[in-house]
Amino acid sequence: MFYIHCPYCNERRSEEEFHAKGQAHLMRPANPEEASDREWGDYLFFRDNPRGLHQEMWVHAAGCRKFFNILRNTVSYEILETYPMGEQSSVLAEMTAGRERGEPRRAAGAVA
Amino acid sequence: MTQTNRLNKGGRIDRQRILNFTFNGQRYEGHAGDTLASALLANGVNVVNRSFKYSRPRGIVAAGAEEPNAVMQMGATEATQIPNVRATQQALFEGLCARSTNPHSELLSTLGNLFAPLIPPGFYYKTFMQPASMWMTYEKVIRKAAGLGRSPRESDPDHYEHIKRHCDVLVIGAGAAGLAAALAAGRSGARVILCDEQEEPGGSLLDSRELLDGRPASAWVESVMAELANMEEVLLLPRTTANGLHDHNFITLYERRAEHLGDLVPEIDGRKPARACLHHVRAGQIVLATGAHERPLVYASNDLPGNMLAGAVSTYIRRYGVVPGKRLVVSTCHDDGYRAALDWAEAGHQVVAIVDARKHNDAATGHWVRLAAKQGLQIIYGSAVIEAKGKNRVTGARVAEIDIPEFQTRGSVTDLACDTIASSGGYNPVVHLASHTGARPVWRDDIMGFVPTKMTGLIPTGGATGIYALADVLKSGIEAGSEAALACGRQSPEIDLPEVDRIEIAQAAPLFQVPHPKTTLRAPKQFVDLQNDVTAAAIELATREGFESIEHVKRYTAMGFGTDQGKLGNINGMAVVARCLKKSIAETGTTVFRPNYTPVAFGAIAGPHRRELFDPERYTALHAWHVDRGAAFEDVGQWKRPWYYPQSTGESMHDAVARECRAVREKVGVLDASTLGKIDIQGKDVREFLGRIYTNKWEKLPVGKARYGLMCKDDGMVMDDGVTTCLGDNHFLMTTTTGGAAGVLEWLELWHQTEWPELDVSFTSVTDHWATLMVTGPEARHLLAEMTDIDLDRDTFKFMEWREGDVAGVPARVYRISFTGELSYEINVQAHYAMHVWKKLFEHGDKYGLTPYGTETMHVLRAEKGFIIVGQETDGSVTPEDLGMQWCVGYDKPFSWIGKRALTRPDTRREDRKQMVGLKPVDQTVVLQEGAQIVFEPKASPIAMVGHVTSSYYSPTLGHGFALAVVKGGQKRMGERVYLPMADGVTQVAEIVSPIFYDPKGERQNV
Amino acid sequence: MSKVEVFQQQPSGAVAAESPFHFSRQRNPLAPAKGEAGVIMAERPFLTHLILRGTPEVLLGGVRNVTGLTLPQTPCSMNSKEDKSLQWLAPDEWLLILPPGSEFSTEKALRGELGDGSYAIVNVSGGQTVLELSGPNAREVLMKSTSCDLHPRTFPEGRGVSTVFAKTGAIIRRPDAQRWELVIRRSFADYLYRWLLSAGAEYGITTQER
Repeated sequence: MFYIHCPYCNERRSEEEFHAKGQAHLMRPANPEEASDREWGDYLFFRDNPRGLHQEMWVHAAGCRKFFNILRNTVSYEILETYPMGEQSSVLAEMTAGRERGEPRRAAGAVA
Repeated sequence: MTQTNRLNKGGRIDRQRILNFTFNGQRYEGHAGDTLASALLANGVNVVNRSFKYSRPRGIVAAGAEEPNAVMQMGATEATQIPNVRATQQALFEGLCARSTNPHSELLSTLGNLFAPLIPPGFYYKTFMQPASMWMTYEKVIRKAAGLGRSPRESDPDHYEHIKRHCDVLVIGAGAAGLAAALAAGRSGARVILCDEQEEPGGSLLDSRELLDGRPASAWVESVMAELANMEEVLLLPRTTANGLHDHNFITLYERRAEHLGDLVPEIDGRKPARACLHHVRAGQIVLATGAHERPLVYASNDLPGNMLAGAVSTYIRRYGVVPGKRLVVSTCHDDGYRAALDWAEAGHQVVAIVDARKHNDAATGHWVRLAAKQGLQIIYGSAVIEAKGKNRVTGARVAEIDIPEFQTRGSVTDLACDTIASSGGYNPVVHLASHTGARPVWRDDIMGFVPTKMTGLIPTGGATGIYALADVLKSGIEAGSEAALACGRQSPEIDLPEVDRIEIAQAAPLFQVPHPKTTLRAPKQFVDLQNDVTAAAIELATREGFESIEHVKRYTAMGFGTDQGKLGNINGMAVVARCLKKSIAETGTTVFRPNYTPVAFGAIAGPHRRELFDPERYTALHAWHVDRGAAFEDVGQWKRPWYYPQSTGESMHDAVARECRAVREKVGVLDASTLGKIDIQGKDVREFLGRIYTNKWEKLPVGKARYGLMCKDDGMVMDDGVTTCLGDNHFLMTTTTGGAAGVLEWLELWHQTEWPELDVSFTSVTDHWATLMVTGPEARHLLAEMTDIDLDRDTFKFMEWREGDVAGVPARVYRISFTGELSYEINVQAHYAMHVWKKLFEHGDKYGLTPYGTETMHVLRAEKGFIIVGQETDGSVTPEDLGMQWCVGYDKPFSWIGKRALTRPDTRREDRKQMVGLKPVDQTVVLQEGAQIVFEPKASPIAMVGHVTSSYYSPTLGHGFALAVVKGGQKRMGERVYLPMADGVTQVAEIVSPIFYDPKGERQNV
Repeated sequence: MSKVEVFQQQPSGAVAAESPFHFSRQRNPLAPAKGEAGVIMAERPFLTHLILRGTPEVLLGGVRNVTGLTLPQTPCSMNSKEDKSLQWLAPDEWLLILPPGSEFSTEKALRGELGDGSYAIVNVSGGQTVLELSGPNAREVLMKSTSCDLHPRTFPEGRGVSTVFAKTGAIIRRPDAQRWELVIRRSFADYLYRWLLSAGAEYGITTQER
């Protein structure tokens, strides 16, 4: 059972307090009527399923009822970061910056 | 029966306290402090079980959790049956009643031995998988024959607890390493839990030959335990197995509080304690001090009773005062095997020989080796026991010189007469817990064992990491405890290690399967996994058949399956695979172990969540009235809702519902509708928000009015519905379905928080705050008029409006909305006062024929009107258009509301989508079955299913059965006939009609 | 203010009110515990419960003026004074608990202070109640029910959390060293009452009317 840091309550709580809500950072197309059937189908039905780092949306259902994002390793189940809605992952940003600086990937950062 | 194998002195048992017990119906005596296993051995019981596949006699091998054979069915009565208890872990108590899990079966024994060569690995798969459909049948027969223990058929009279705990440091195992770690962590002030699965803490220290600070090791155990017990932040959990280690340091601890006290839990101080408690622990750091299991050697007929682990022999002698035989041969490849011989000799019994796989020069430096030589014990170097002789008990050991690298014997074979063979191939660190989350253990050549891989928050120590010398174990325990405390921000003080004599240990030899003059396939059976009857030959055969991955070999041979989880045999099995494939064990790797480490009673898993506490029951504020009135209840989500109210005369459900329906259609009825979800919505942008979430328009709904709304997911499928009311320009009250309330609230929050945070709107559940009393029927106005100051004039207070006022002296909001098609007033009051208003309604209602009605009548009435129930007419694949509810869809709203875009996808535009219609059975006496499949052509083959019945009732108003259904293209098939072939061979016939069966113009609700 | 419907929901005359535990107490009248009770349960019925929504900037001053309480901005904390308390539930949500009968006047006063800003006030007094637990084993009973860490080091006085409790939800609060408070939804009250009786049985549990 996961132990999840809620970025709003600012503490860790047991998984039973949370609901998983699937892939994070999905954007509803701004003009749905202009989206093709294919684009709309992609938005509705298609999700990533990576082996490695995955950004997920969760909600602290039994706590503050706030939605937030998790960066989680789907192999080790390690949660590297939780961050509020509307923000971006600082861990991923640091990894990208690190790669641009030519640093080796950190062990947990095996993005598939 | 006398305890023939019991020593007159020694051990940690109380000889003054005699305990009576039965095993397989036979009465025996043992002592307080015994385990069932030690008591059986004391009584000279050789055969404790029969093997799973071959029905061979089996005796006790081990003294702890790794015991593969002495697996018992416990319980004196049917209700107290417990399967799969290891005799080595069961404390003896007065009246204990045990049976072999696998009693002797002549049939299986004969079959097993006659056809043993014919039962190769994979036999069951190969033989019984044809035809595949029969496997379920075969499996039952096989399982019954194999006897894997059985659950009780009567209710468990005892109860079980759950508790959730947090700690900084969880120490698993109270042996030398665990005690040292707990001491270090405890002295730091950290919150510590120390658990140990045995009857007493101390682990191997309880039967150690070594002295700590010049005193017996058990004295040190006592002093450490006393100190720990006095620490406020330290929790000691004896008889507690850490049986599962899960993600993020979540561990389940299985504490057996009363298993040692009796068949039934006895009362203590007038209260009956729990039989067991499951602790759900979240630990900052876990110190894994689980020690190591001794690894037996694999040789021919090594499963005969009398073949034991060397360490177990020592444990039985030193801890329980039991010598499990008369004449001992030890077969070992390292120093510790000698200790069994020394203990045996000290007990005054004959040691025939110690057979050591190492050459004299390699072994002779060892402390225990020298001691044995000095005592004049016969040592045969460079050799091993290659085979045990005997039928139901060992009668001799065959010994030969062996060449380990070449895997062969040399020279002639010597037969030694003996009744016990103690073997030891070294140790397997107990890594089970460390691999429960999927992490694979790592092989270390220097210790010839797997150790836990590195994991966050897990600190293995002592024997679990392959450290076996006592002084080193203590040191590693202190270090682990201090490291764990430090990780939790606590500093451990310096701790003085107890003084232990350093003893010389000679290098061990890598021996797993012992070579035999015959090939593995032709030699007598060499058992690797005793519990699952897996032999070295079977593993060799599996590799020849192409199974190279250890995971495949495991599944093909069943090695390490079930309750055993590979405690004794896995490493030897991997060694056999490695030998056959000419790989190293490191290359072969290991399978992962799974929870539970040892079996856990289902009662403990269920804990207090059973019977009336199994699932929460939600009650409305009027529940007591419904109960008193004798209502039959229906589960709707977690709510208990009155289903119907049978009269005390024994009225049937059919009659009660017909009576309630007539009352509403002809007079007046009242429904407790408090379970409807209610969400208070405030903010400047509520209208805009509702317009995006609902399919229809909300922009212009004036204050004082209510409107029905339909909610879709973005795939265009209906997810919920309800009436939402405008209380103020910035204030709305949304109602949802009873089951959908929590989901809808989360749905609203989702869109607000993630997509439209700029909208000024907030949602609060008021479901429990408001009680909702639905008064409906032609007399509703007359009844309510007696009780309220609200002007109920039909032109002043219109349909789909609300008013505030006084009802029976309580401030109320009254809504003129209808789910029955009749004139209706929905009275909402703060729940504290609901019972008062409800009772007043009945005081006034008698003369109008006021009748309480339940959910069944509600369903009939709404279905007569063609009103949908989300989740009944819909199933997540139904659009508003499929329901014929285009009137509720705002196609021209400026914002592309949730679900709109999907309504123009090709799939949602298909003409042959299943659409909601009414069905009228041609035979008017018939009530169609809900869920029945609908076809157009009943004679076609294959028959095409074109829809199903979603709701079906008998209507007392219409005088016939009627149904709602979804049918492909149904809205264009009015008047056509459809067929419903039923399981009993009858085909029902029905006509497609409008789903509105009653008052299609809606005149009755509008009076 | 007219844009939100504020409604006096309390009767002015004598009307029998039933708290959420009314049915439970009738069905399960509790015999006094044998010997010393390890856990004592006491309902504090009919209190005023208001949910406040908005930003701290909008709410802080008005709430202080009306209630005398400071809006707690540290997550999972609460401020209490005498028989009033104000608890953080979320960054934009607080639970205000006051003596019985003050919901209408308080909401009116708050709306008067806060004016036309973006906020919400919702009366939920009928939908929830407060159950007080005390006694030497109160913490053990709660530990059987919640995965939250209740140790004094992590759950000091003045802390309150919304969490899973048994198989439903509840708010757990620690107003002082002697007492725990549960804020329970009305419809789950009977389930939780039976749950607590079961969990407290091994310590001896009794109820107290206040």
